[in-house]
Amino acid sequence: MAGKAILKGISLTIGPGEVHAVMGPNGSGKSTLAAVLAGREGYDITAGEVRYLGQDLLDLDPEERARAGLFLAFQYPVEIPGVNSTYFLKSALNEQRKHRGLAELDAMEFLKLVKEKIKLLDLNEDLLKRAVNVGFSGGEKKRNEIFQMAVLDPTLAVLDETDSGLDIDALRVVSEGVNKLRGPGKAQLVITHYQRLLNHIVPDYVHVLMEGRIVRSGGKELALELEDRGYDWISRELQLAA
Amino acid sequence: MDTRPFARLPGDRLVFLDGHFVPGLSRVGTGPEGCVVASLGAAFQTHAGLLEKHLTRYARGSANPFTALNDAYFTDGALIHVPAGQVIEHPVQLVFVASGEEEGRAQHVRNLILAGAGSQFTVVEHYLGRGNATTVTNAVTELVAAEQVVMDHLKFQDETRAAYHFAAVHAELGRASQVNLHSFALGSRLSRHNIHTALNGEGLECVLNGLYLTDGDQLADHYMVVEHAQPHTASHEYFNGILEGRSRGVFHGRILVRPGAQKTDAKQTNKNLLLSDDATVNTKPQLEIYADDVKCTHGATVGQLPPEQIFYLRSRGLPLDTAQRMLIHAFAGEIIDRVRCAPLREELDRLLWDRLEQDAQIQVGPHASSSCRTN
Ligand SMILES: Nc1ncnc2c1ncn2[C@@H]1O[C@H](COP(=O)(O)OP(=O)(O)OP(=O)(O)O)[C@@H](O)[C@H]1O
Ligand SMILES: [Mg+2]
Repeated sequence: MAGKAILKGISLTIGPGEVHAVMGPNGSGKSTLAAVLAGREGYDITAGEVRYLGQDLLDLDPEERARAGLFLAFQYPVEIPGVNSTYFLKSALNEQRKHRGLAELDAMEFLKLVKEKIKLLDLNEDLLKRAVNVGFSGGEKKRNEIFQMAVLDPTLAVLDETDSGLDIDALRVVSEGVNKLRGPGKAQLVITHYQRLLNHIVPDYVHVLMEGRIVRSGGKELALELEDRGYDWISRELQLAA
Repeated sequence: MDTRPFARLPGDRLVFLDGHFVPGLSRVGTGPEGCVVASLGAAFQTHAGLLEKHLTRYARGSANPFTALNDAYFTDGALIHVPAGQVIEHPVQLVFVASGEEEGRAQHVRNLILAGAGSQFTVVEHYLGRGNATTVTNAVTELVAAEQVVMDHLKFQDETRAAYHFAAVHAELGRASQVNLHSFALGSRLSRHNIHTALNGEGLECVLNGLYLTDGDQLADHYMVVEHAQPHTASHEYFNGILEGRSRGVFHGRILVRPGAQKTDAKQTNKNLLLSDDATVNTKPQLEIYADDVKCTHGATVGQLPPEQIFYLRSRGLPLDTAQRMLIHAFAGEIIDRVRCAPLREELDRLLWDRLEQDAQIQVGPHASSSCRTN
């Protein structure tokens, strides 16, 4: 971006069924990492590679990544006036199914799936009659992201600050929803600022991203330590080591 | 004619070929008693008084050379008269076909629509063409609405790419009426549509709603004058353009607030989607305000499909071209949604969708419903 290097050192291996948390100060590059994984345009990848299920992920278009099972829950879900939520999600699901050689769902089958998944998120069904994210509250948008995730059932889900903007009850409902989508062969990369979320979505690994680098990785206790001490101590330790 | 858009809709319909009435393709008498839907030729026999009083009294030839030509040369057209309190359920269709059988043939048609107090109905003017010959259409419609009229007038212009289309609608609107004037411009090499509405009574609301869809070397030009002549009137103009190729769109919206027309509420929006590098649009608002307590706003945008919306759709697995078509369709849908008559709206939706993605596999399901009445 205008010659600015954002991500400079990311080495990360996510095994099937694992949940990884990424934490880090504002502007450290978390959303950029998510965007690059999902294939947003406008980023120059100068070095490195991303392997996903044996494929070169960076070689795929965003839609190909989605069909290969990648899902991004946006930090700021996009409003799309005039495009009906149900219609959009049904088209997306059928597009993905088509590419996996599965039969497309008809209206009835899709409705049944929606009814089942919407309960998981305690989402108001009326929202699905509206245009995508238009007129949704901040919290509703976040829930809607996870609802889409539930319907699309991805292999790797990247959740970018899904907890921000959620009230305490919603946080619990959404986390429970996310947990139900866990399973063997289904990995999650959870970006968050708060340990609070990780009480609900318990990660196998926690990574700290600072200035575009993963500077520390550990177990879930690393998140507790960050909550306690902030990020400064890591910077200091890094300086000492250097 | 059976494959013509709107052909399956019930209700009265008058068909004209090169400006001449074709009784065999027309259907009248489906509306309530007392309502008149007739060719001018027939109406001169049966309703001479009405024509004498109203025809050519509103659209001013002195203000527009095409109207002046039309005054002199119109061959036929329609009279629609809906007496006070009458409701016509199905849209009344006026179909104007340019045969394209002879190079340079011109058709001059004239319509008069008289809406009695409290009447409710919908009129569709459908212009289409055949063949490859250059054709010229010059159409003028005069609409006079008394008070508390609820009506939609919809012009659907879909002539051939060799056609030159000039049209004018002149509307005189009365107190507490709700009148929507829609213009869909899809066809013609060059089209120019003038709309002049005079808001002559308090509490009246007028919506001018339009969509132009052009490609190749088409030019679609809309010129509007909204005249707020009395206090407490509202006008909303919504025009969206979708332009491809080297085509051009023109939106010229003039709002005139007469002295004493306090509490005028005039809104004007013109949004354009340029789908190629060579498409251009000229958008020109023009406000002339001679009263001090009024609210007038206008806004225009010209741009491409928003990349963040495209990315969002693609990130869910939709291919780029589908994502683009969804957004284009949504953009057209903003305009289509303002058509109050449900069967007509659904037909338009289907039509526009087909047009926007001739080769696509997505299906949207317009569900035919039978009645035009809003709630
Ligand atoms: N498209 C862009 N153009 C220019 N700079 C960008 C762009 N995207 C991100 N950046 C910059 O890159 C840095 C990292 O941004 P990013 O959004 O990835 O941070 P983040 O870790 O997600 O922060 P937050 O916790 O605030 O969400 C910031 O300094 C940001 O301004
Ligand atoms: Mg971020």
